[in-house]
Amino acid sequence: MRQRMPEQDRAERIHNFQEVALGYTPTQALAEANRCLKCKHPKCVEGCPVEIDIPTFIDYIAQGEFDLAIKRIKEKNNLPAICGRVCPQETQCEALCVLGKKDEPVAIGRLERFVADYELKQKSGFRGQGSEEEKLKTKNKQLKVAVIGSGPAGLTCAGDLAKLGYNVHIFESLHATGGVLRYGIPEFRLPKHILDIEIEYIKSLGVEILVNMVIGKVLTIDDLFQEGYKAVFIGTGAGLPLFLGIEGENLNGVYSANEFLTRVNLMCAYQFPRYDTPVRIGKRVGVVGGGNVAMDSARCALRLGAEEVYIIYRRSRIEMPAREEEIHHAEEEGIKFQILTLPVRIIGDSQGQVEKVECVEMELGEPDASGRRRPIPIPDSRFILPIDTMVIAIGQSPNPLLLKETPKLELTKEGTIVVDESGRTSMKGIYAGGDIVTGAATVISAMGAGKRAARAIHEDLS
Amino acid sequence: MYKILVKEELAPTIKLFKVEARMVAKKARPGQFVILRIDEKGERIPLTIYDYDKDRGTISIIFQEVGKTTVQLGGLEQGDCLLDVVGPLGNPFDIGKVGKVVCVGGGIGVAPIFPKALALKDEGNEVTSIIGARTKELLILEEEMKKVSQRVYITTDDGSYGEAGFVTAPLKRLLNENPPDLVVAIGPLVMMKNVVSVTKPYGVNTLVSLNPIMVDGTGMCGCCRVRVAGVTKFSCVDGPTFDGAEVDWNELISRNNRFLEEERRALERYRVLIEG
Repeated sequence: MRQRMPEQDRAERIHNFQEVALGYTPTQALAEANRCLKCKHPKCVEGCPVEIDIPTFIDYIAQGEFDLAIKRIKEKNNLPAICGRVCPQETQCEALCVLGKKDEPVAIGRLERFVADYELKQKSGFRGQGSEEEKLKTKNKQLKVAVIGSGPAGLTCAGDLAKLGYNVHIFESLHATGGVLRYGIPEFRLPKHILDIEIEYIKSLGVEILVNMVIGKVLTIDDLFQEGYKAVFIGTGAGLPLFLGIEGENLNGVYSANEFLTRVNLMCAYQFPRYDTPVRIGKRVGVVGGGNVAMDSARCALRLGAEEVYIIYRRSRIEMPAREEEIHHAEEEGIKFQILTLPVRIIGDSQGQVEKVECVEMELGEPDASGRRRPIPIPDSRFILPIDTMVIAIGQSPNPLLLKETPKLELTKEGTIVVDESGRTSMKGIYAGGDIVTGAATVISAMGAGKRAARAIHEDLS
Repeated sequence: MYKILVKEELAPTIKLFKVEARMVAKKARPGQFVILRIDEKGERIPLTIYDYDKDRGTISIIFQEVGKTTVQLGGLEQGDCLLDVVGPLGNPFDIGKVGKVVCVGGGIGVAPIFPKALALKDEGNEVTSIIGARTKELLILEEEMKKVSQRVYITTDDGSYGEAGFVTAPLKRLLNENPPDLVVAIGPLVMMKNVVSVTKPYGVNTLVSLNPIMVDGTGMCGCCRVRVAGVTKFSCVDGPTFDGAEVDWNELISRNNRFLEEERRALERYRVLIEG
C-alpha cells in the first residue's frame, strides 16, 4: 500500500505557518520505493517535464543508496526539494505509473522530497555546494548569459547553463530571490529555508544573482547585450493581477491574491508589527478562484485568524485546477467550498469597507474550449454572502514593464511572449519560458521551459 | 546597500537624503520614483526621485516623517545605508512644450513638483508656481522653485507666510486673469482633488501625480490600483501621472486610509522602542 504522508495535526496547523506535510521517514521511503515494479519501459519518465531518471533514483532508494538517488535526480533537476513539495505529480509522472491502474501509483514526488531533504540534513550547515565535477566545466566561462527573474524558470535555466560552464547572472526585480516560490507559495507548503538552500545550490554552481534589478527600467535588454551578454532568458513570470470587473472591487478589504500573498509571504505581514508591512484580515474571508493560488490564499487567511473562509468558485469541485492535495488540505482545515457560485457585486459600508458580496448560483452546461463544463448562471438565484475580506485569485496578465521596453518582441494577443518549442523568441539571442510564455501555470512546467531554453542557448552559442 | 551621502533637514519633520544609487541615477528621469526598504523587516515604500546626478551616481529623495517607516528613515544619518533602493519606476513625466504651465505643490508635494517644473522649464514652457504649506516653517524648496519659475505664489493655511489660505486661491486668480495651457498639481489627495475641481470649469488640462499605497511597485500586486475615467489603472506601471479630472478621488482617499489603524500601532510601538 502507498505510504501515507505524515502531516502536522489539523487542529495545530491552522494556527501556525509551519510545514503541513512532514516528509517520509527512511523506513517509509524504503517501503514506498520497493513498491516500484521496475517496468521495462517506464512510463513515469515521460510525465516529467525535467526528464528525471525516475526508475533509477527509486531503485537507489530501494537499495538504501540515498546519496546516489539524489545525485541521479540532480543531474536533471536543480531544485528537487522544491519539486518534491509543489509539483502536481498526480497529473505528471504518477499519472503514468503502471501501478496506478489497479492500485495507487508509486509516490514519486514524496520520494524525491525524501532524498532531497536527506541530503540537506546529511550536510549539517549545508550551504548547497555544487560538486567538484559540476564546477569543473569552465570552457564556456567567457560567455556571459543573462537570466531575467529568479523564479523556477530562471533558476533552472541558470543552473543548467552554469553546469555547462557559462557565466550566468540572474537579474531579480524584487529584493529577495525565488520569485513566486518566495512571494507566492506560503511557508506551510514550501519553507523559506528549503528555498534558501536550493538557491544557494544554484549559486554554488557559479550563478550570480543581482536583486533590485527591474529589467526594462534599470537596464533594458539592449543594455544587456551591450554589456556583453551573449544570450538573454526572460523568465519574469506572471504580472498584473486580473480582477472580475465587477462593482466594488476597489473597496477596502479586497486584495488581489498577488497582493495578499506578497504581503504575507514576501513581506512577512503575519509577523506585523515586528515586520513593518501590515495585512488586514477580517472574520469572514471570501477567496474567489479554484487554483492553487486560491487554496494558498484561503489557508493563509485561516492561519491569520479568520473565523470562516470561503472558496468561491464558479464551477464544481472536480473542475478546480488546484492540486487534489491542496484542495484536500483546505477541506481538512475547515475551508468552506462555495462552489457553483459567481460573485457579481461587492457591497461596502459607508466607510468604503467590504461588507458582503452578492453572488449568483451556477449550473454546468456543455464543455467549453478548456474541456471543462461551462458554468451558466441560474435565473433568479442571487444571494448575499456576508464577508469582510475578499481575495481575488483568478489569474494574471503578463507584466508590461519589460515588454514595453522591448517592442520588437513578438507577443500573442494575450500579451505573452511567442516562442518555439525550445524557448526561442522572435528576436535573436532572446529566449523565454515560464508564465510569461504560458500564462499562469505550474512551477514544474516553468522549470521544464527553463531547461529547454538552456539547451537551446547552449546549441546556439556552441 | 545604498549609502546616505548627505542628510539635510528642510523643515521640522521634512528631510532630504542624497543616496548613492548608481544604477538608478543612470536611468532616472523626471517624475519617476523609487521603492526603498530600510532593513530586513522593513516595508517597501515609494518615494519620488527629487533630483539625480548621473555622473556621481546619486539620487535625492525628500520625505516627511508621518509613519513608522518615515520616522525611522529620518533617524538615519549620513553614512548609514538603506538596504534596498529599486528604480527608476513609473513613467517619466514627458510633456514637451505646451506653453503656459502652472505648477501647484502642497506640503511635501512641493518635492515631487520641483523636478517636473524644472523639466517643463527646460522644454521651453513658461512656468508659474504656487506652493503652499500648513505653516511657514513647513514650507520647503522656495528658492529652488523660484529658480525654475517665472513667478512663485506662496500660501500658508495659517497666514504665517505668503497669502493666508489654500493654493487654490491664487490658482483661481490665475485661471481668471491669465489662463494657463496646463496645470500640474501634487500634494495631499484632498488638495489635488480641490485643484481639479477649481480647474475643471475652465477646461484646463490638469495633471496630478498619485501616491497610492504600493507593495512591489513593479506591476505585480495591484495594491496601487486607482480608478481613472471609470477604468482601474495600476499607478506603478500606468502612472504615477494621471489626468486629475478623471481620477476617482473619494475612492483613492478611502483606499489610502485603509491601514491607518495599523500605521498608528506601528508608529506607537516604534516610539516606545526607541524612547525606551
